[in-house]
Amino acid sequence: MNSIPIEHALLLSGILFMLGLIGVLIRRNIIFMLVSVEIMLNASGLAFIIAGSKWSQPDGQVMFIFILAMAAAEVSVGLALILQIYYQLKTLDSDAANKLNG
Amino acid sequence: MQLTFYISSLIAIAATIMVITRYNIIHALLYLVVSFLALAVVFFILGAPFAAALEVIVYAGAIVVLIIFVIMMLNLKDEAKEQEKKWLTPGIWIGPAILSIILLVELVYIINTTATAGLSNLQVDSKAVGLSLYGEYILGVELSGMLLMAGIVGAYHLGRKKKKVVHRFLEKIEE
Repeated sequence: MNSIPIEHALLLSGILFMLGLIGVLIRRNIIFMLVSVEIMLNASGLAFIIAGSKWSQPDGQVMFIFILAMAAAEVSVGLALILQIYYQLKTLDSDAANKLNG
Repeated sequence: MQLTFYISSLIAIAATIMVITRYNIIHALLYLVVSFLALAVVFFILGAPFAAALEVIVYAGAIVVLIIFVIMMLNLKDEAKEQEKKWLTPGIWIGPAILSIILLVELVYIINTTATAGLSNLQVDSKAVGLSLYGEYILGVELSGMLLMAGIVGAYHLGRKKKKVVHRFLEKIEE
């Protein structure tokens, strides 16, 4: 009686992932897009935690730690790219960065 | 225990919706912190206290602070908010939102048609996680260390402002 159905937990993960996806699709500001990617990574980490909790094994949390390390590396490189784009184009519009010359 | 799970998941969903609809980026980041804290509560209820602590420390602490630092460096003016208002019109967001919501409905249907199962109430403590992390997953730990190193080097290389090239004779004249 005290246990949470796994569907509800997985639904939370799915809803958060979808919200992150909508955020990436509808925003034009690059910082908002990066934040939405963070939300999506976090939601997938939640799915791993749920799976680890289902079988009471530590593997889910280990995968969550790997996702965490990946997110930290990704956000540092992404923010450096945002700084560089802002210095060169003077805007945060992702549509402005559509030319490949440096 | 069940009630706390549902309340904190509702808080997480509401805060995430607020994140993706704000015009002011600092307000969005504050809602993002609330969302991460609610997810940390969910992790704790699901029996993963170590992951909950990491969520608070790394996500709500380090990553959000990093983004705030970058926003401070960019030194955005008031026009940024007006521009956001201009960019986020219903004509732009309604298409992707509807398509994503259809995908979500499919996901809900798939999850609801599979066999039901309850989550165990057992906690997986940090000792088990540490033994697993430095036992069978040691190769992954080393690889993620290399990934972080590559991230640091890449961020340093990309984030550097390019020096202006001035000829050395011109420099001397300026002095």
